[in-house]
This record gives sequence, C-alpha cells and structure tokens, in this order.
Amino acid sequence: MKKYIATRMATMFGVLMITLLITISLVGSNMDTILKQGVVFQIRSEITENPAIAQSFSSVAEFEGFIQTQIEHRIKEIGLDEPWYSPQRVGMTMYKIMLLDFGNATFLTSDEGSSDVRDILFEKLPRTVLLFTTATIIISIIGIFLGALSSNRVGSTVDRITSSFAIISSSFPVWWIGMLMIFLFAFTYQIFPARATPDISASDSGYIGSLLYHMALPLITIVMIGFGSWAYMVRNFMVGTMQEDFIMAKKTIGIKQGRITYVHALKNAAPPIVTVLALSLSGSLGGAIITEAVFDWPGMGRLYFEAITVMDLPVIIGATYLLTVFFLVSIFIADLLYGYFDPRVRTEK
Amino acid sequence: MSGATPHEIKEEFVKSKMGIAGILILAILLFISIVAIIFIPVETFQEWNNPGNWISNPKSAMPTWANFFMIENIPEHKILEHPNIERTSNEEISLVSHQFGVNYIYDDFPNDFIYEFSARYSGAPLLQMSVIRPDGMKLDIFSTSLPQSDSSSTHSERIFSTDSQIIKNLSFDSKKFEFATFRLSAENIIFSKTNTNEPLKGNYVFSIDLYGMNSTNQIPESKLIIGGKAFGIMGTDELRRDLATGLLWGTPLALFIGLAVSIASVVMGLLYGVYAGYKGKKTDEAMMRFNDVIYALPALPFLIILSVTISNSIFVMVGFLMIFGWVGIAKVSRSMSLQIKTRGYVDAANMMGQKDSKIILKHIVPQLLPYAFASVAISVPAAITTEAGLSFLGLGDPSFPTWGQILHDANTFGAAARGLWWWIMPPGVMIAITGLAFVFIGNALDAIINPKLKR
Repeated sequence: MKKYIATRMATMFGVLMITLLITISLVGSNMDTILKQGVVFQIRSEITENPAIAQSFSSVAEFEGFIQTQIEHRIKEIGLDEPWYSPQRVGMTMYKIMLLDFGNATFLTSDEGSSDVRDILFEKLPRTVLLFTTATIIISIIGIFLGALSSNRVGSTVDRITSSFAIISSSFPVWWIGMLMIFLFAFTYQIFPARATPDISASDSGYIGSLLYHMALPLITIVMIGFGSWAYMVRNFMVGTMQEDFIMAKKTIGIKQGRITYVHALKNAAPPIVTVLALSLSGSLGGAIITEAVFDWPGMGRLYFEAITVMDLPVIIGATYLLTVFFLVSIFIADLLYGYFDPRVRTEK
Repeated sequence: MSGATPHEIKEEFVKSKMGIAGILILAILLFISIVAIIFIPVETFQEWNNPGNWISNPKSAMPTWANFFMIENIPEHKILEHPNIERTSNEEISLVSHQFGVNYIYDDFPNDFIYEFSARYSGAPLLQMSVIRPDGMKLDIFSTSLPQSDSSSTHSERIFSTDSQIIKNLSFDSKKFEFATFRLSAENIIFSKTNTNEPLKGNYVFSIDLYGMNSTNQIPESKLIIGGKAFGIMGTDELRRDLATGLLWGTPLALFIGLAVSIASVVMGLLYGVYAGYKGKKTDEAMMRFNDVIYALPALPFLIILSVTISNSIFVMVGFLMIFGWVGIAKVSRSMSLQIKTRGYVDAANMMGQKDSKIILKHIVPQLLPYAFASVAISVPAAITTEAGLSFLGLGDPSFPTWGQILHDANTFGAAARGLWWWIMPPGVMIAITGLAFVFIGNALDAIINPKLKR
C-alpha cells in the first residue's frame, strides 16, 4: 500500500511538472515580450517622475541613450537577457509557480483592484466551488438514488425513462441548454436574472440572498443536464453487482429486495461510484469554462476565458496550474478511495 | 469481453431499436451532408464571413414557416429577379420596361425595398420607377437620368427606399392618403391603405422604365428586393447570412470532426494499449506511466491554450482533440489484451515463432474490434461538443461555419436577449441530434458486447 501511494505521488508530481513545462513553453515567447515591455514602461515612468534626471542632459539623443542603457541594465538585472527557454529561467519560473507566486496580471484585476494573480485566483475560486461543487453534489445524490431505484426494477418505466433521459441529455452541450434557459427564463419569462453576477457589493447584508438568486439558473441547468448520466452510470454498476452470487445468496436467505439494493449492492458498487465522484468534483472546476462564460458567473472559468481573450499570460499560467493541481489531487484521492473500498487493490502488492 | 462473432453482433444490432434509430439519424445526416456538398457551392461557405456576399438578405429575419404559427402574417423577404420585359420603340424613343408583380398578403409593412440593376446603354437614358397598387392607384417613385456616355457602357446602381428623392416624390402624392404621410418611410406609404396607415393586401406591380434614343438599350441585371422580416427555411442572422447554408454546411464539418477525432484516437489507443499489454513488464510500466501523464492533463484549458498559441485551423484542432482522446481507450484495451494474451492460441502463435506485430494484429486486435467500434461511436459526441465549445468561445476556425461558430455569433449579438430563437435553437439541436445518433449506435453495440447490462 505504501509503495502504491509513493508511485502515485511521484507520477502526480511528474505530471504537474510536465504540465507546467508545456504551459510555459507554449506561452514563453509571448511572456518575454510582455515582461520586456513592462521593464521599458517602468524605467520611463521612474525617469519622468524625477525631472532632475532629464535636466542633467544637454541633448535629446543623449537622454534617449541613457534611458536605453538603463533599460538594458534592468533587463540584465532581472535575467531577461537570456531567452525564456534557458534552463535557469525555466527553473526559476517553475520554482516561483510552485510556491504560488504567479506575479502580477497584465490586464485583469480582482474586484478589489489587486493585480496580484494569487489574489485574483483566490477571489474567484470560492465562487466556482460554490456553484459547481454544489451542483455536483446535488447531481450525485439524485443520480445515486435514481440509479439504485432503476437498477432495482430493470426494464420498468422508471428505468426506461432514466436511461433514455441519460442518453438524450448526455448529447446536449450544457452551455447550449444554458443559452436556452437564459432565453426562456430570463427574457421570455422574466423569472431569473440573465447575468449570474450579483449586482450588489459583497459587504451588503442581502448579498448572500442575491448570490443564491443569481445562482439558481446556472445551478438548475447544470443539475438538469448532469444527473441523467450519473443515474445511468450508477444503474449500470449496480446491475453488474446485482448479478453477483452473493446477492443471489442474500435473496435466497430472504433478505428484502430494498435492503439488498440500498445496503448490500450499493456498498459493493461504491468503489467505482466514489472514484467517479472524486473525479467529477474536480472536473467540475475545470470544465466550467464555457458554462461560466454563458452565465457570466464570476468564477475561475470565466476568469480563464477572459485571460485567454486578452492574453493575460500570468493569469493563464496561474489558473492552469491551479486547475491541474486540483485535478491531480482528486485523481490521487480517487485512487486512494478505490484502494480503500476495494480490498483487491489494497492487497495486490 | 464476449466471443460474439461479427455475424452475431450484426444480428443482435438489427434487433435493437436504439441501434436502428441511430443508423437512421446518421443516414439522414449523411444525406444532408451530400446535399450540402453538391447543391451549395463551396464558394458560398468560403464567403461565409464576407458581408458583401449577403447584402441582399434581410437582417435577423425569422424562418418563413414561422408564419404558420403567427396570428399576424409577417412579411416575407422577397428577392424578385425575373421581371416581365416589354420593349416598345417608335422612331425616336425606345422604351424598355421591367415589371415585377408582388402579391402582398402580409399584416405588416416591409422593412424596405431596394432596386438593384445594371444597365447597358449609350447616351443618357431616363430611368423611371413606379408602382401600380391593388386599388389601381399609380405612384411615381423615382426617376433619374443615367450618366451620359457616348459609346455603349454599363452602369450599376442600387436604389434604396430611403433615397431622398423617393420621399420627395411620395410627398407630392400625400393628398391621396387620408392620414399624414409626413415622416413616414417610403414603404409605409406605398404599401398602405388610403384611409388608415395599415398594409393594403393585394397585387402590386412595380415597373421600371428605361427611356432612351438607342434601341439596343437594355437592363441585363434587374433585381427588386422587398425587404421582409422572414426569410428562407432557417432565417438569417444579424449579419444577413442565410442560416440554412451555415447549418447545412455544418453537418459535413461536424461529421468530419467527430469521426476523424474518434477513429484516429481509437486506433491510436487500441494499438498503444494492446502493445503495452502484450509486451508487459517494463515496456508496459513505462507506457502506462506516460498514459497517466496525458490522462492527468486538464484537457479543456490545454485545448484553449493550444488553439490560441499554435493555430486554430480546423485540421490542427482535430489533431489536438486526438491527443486527449486516446488515453481512456488505451487503458481498457491494455487490460483486455492482458486477458487475451493468456489464451492458448496466442501462446501457440508465439511458439510457432510468429512476429509480435503479426500476433498483435492478427490475433489480439480482431478480438477487440467490437469494443473499438462501440468506442468510436461513443466518443464522437464528445469530440463534436468539445469542438463546438471551443468555437463557441470564439477559438474555432473562422473560415468554416461550424454549428459552434454560429452559436458564438448568436451569443455575441445577444440573440437570447432579443428573442432570436431561430439563431439559437437549430445549431444546438443539430449538435444534439448528431451526438444522439452516435450515442444510440454506441449504446446498442455496447449492450451486445457487455450482455451483463441488458438482462
């Protein structure tokens, strides 16, 4: 078991590093240009702030030359003279990122006006968690219940409706249903607001109510599209388990069907279900990009989308890193849970 | 894994209602693709983003069939291209007359009207436009003399209903109407009843007369557009594009993306997994670790970064989608090949000294084919929705009108807020139907391969 955890952790760390490397190499050259422009801007503003420097030069050419040398000096000082792919710089960048030091955003700011990428990310993250984690939990509860119910009565009306709903809903893109829901319930029948961003400030007393009200439409949409495939998946796991010999044995002993389904079979189908739950909890964070963009929900997904549209590289790198970390952690947890629930894995090595 | 032979699978599949439904939908989609490729010239969809190409269409017009469900008849957009041509000439003056008949049966005024022509003439002929209304009233709309030219030359022009001369001409006729025509637009006067300002239904005849000294004068191109609020089978969008064209062309594109991505990733995953499983030991370990790495990459963020930094060409995108598609299949086919390689005939083949590649391709892969087909079908919808999602974010290939692209435009122009349902519904429904066809086929196959699920 220890060895199992160790290999897993090593792989996870490797993946994290590879992800970072790929991200950096994809955006590296752009990043360099932006950083250099930042230095030029910084030097120029420092010099204009101090008029004495400008007065000490007799000609414009001389003054420009001074600025140029200053810029080159500064670039060398912070190590920008080497290309972004030099091992030193890549190592430095990765080290910084691992310590969650993402630097300053180029364009985007947090609601409070901070341009520190870490501030921005940690401001958006709770909102995404609020919406998508809530949705995932609701989905899984409905899904497990419905799935168990329909596995209990294979071929019944409930089973058929669940299965066909699952199949149909899985081929609709969530964001398109979102557009339709906005069209129907925000404009045609004005029940919910169209933009999911709450319109009052966070310090206001009615903020939580407003937030929940704005959250309703996206939440309903995500749950509506999500629970079908969950129910179908749970049903399939359960149907498999129900054919096992021990269930047959329990039936012959005379244990009630309901008890068998909800206690014995569900417990045995638990490992895959828990695994999928862990994965979809983290997947809900990353897969939210398009849904958040449609509903204008001010979370990680929309931040990511905004960062991409204006090419705000520090934010892109930071968000990718954070999403990857969450994803990896949940895969890890899923693996551990699987091992915990399924004794065959635990004792394998 | 079951030992079902292809023949058995086929027989079972024919019995499955779901599978048949899937095949039927797929056949319809293929038919649509063929129709699109044959009947809509490739140039049209390459001109998708060129506003000049769509100038004669109305803005955000709803589909014409929507009129069946409306209490009031919405005016259809009419592009009249085949006038009645009359030619009379006496000794001095020759007259070419183009007549457009319009049966106007709608409960609302048209948006505007445009006369688009190109005339071949010499001299300086006079162009006159007038209309005879259902009540017999004749209104002079426009008259102008075309630019002087001594030799034979061609002149093209568009006369818009907002032209100041038209408004002035109509104001001369204002006494014929019992209401104030002042400040009303030209089409609201021409198509109006005389007692109240409501549309007058019936046959209108617009005639365009070209008077000139030369008997060879003619109008080779002559087109009258009565701008309506309904157009075509699927309506138009804010940029006047005919949505039917976009939706039709979206079909082969979506099928291409879906099938290319899923077939390629299944083939890749299958071979990778089988090889790893068959080889075992260190090779297996190394290959599976690599598999884990790809599996743990967050797909959507990476696809976004890739399409922004490298290229958003549709073909490159297919490649990117493949990178993330093969992983799961590799895992499953590895575990399947682990089972198969313990069977006697694989051992036998090994003893006979057959090459690894031959054993894999001849003895192991064929066993996995049913599973491979099911996976192809099941992974198509994901590929299509992912591409649509990327296009929806505005990261798609702008030169191809995919369904996601249409939805992206709809979102940009606030179609939901403005109630332009014909812009939002059809692309999504098409995405869903296409996905559904493959899910049906995949599930039907899956149920045959894994008999446990059926019971």
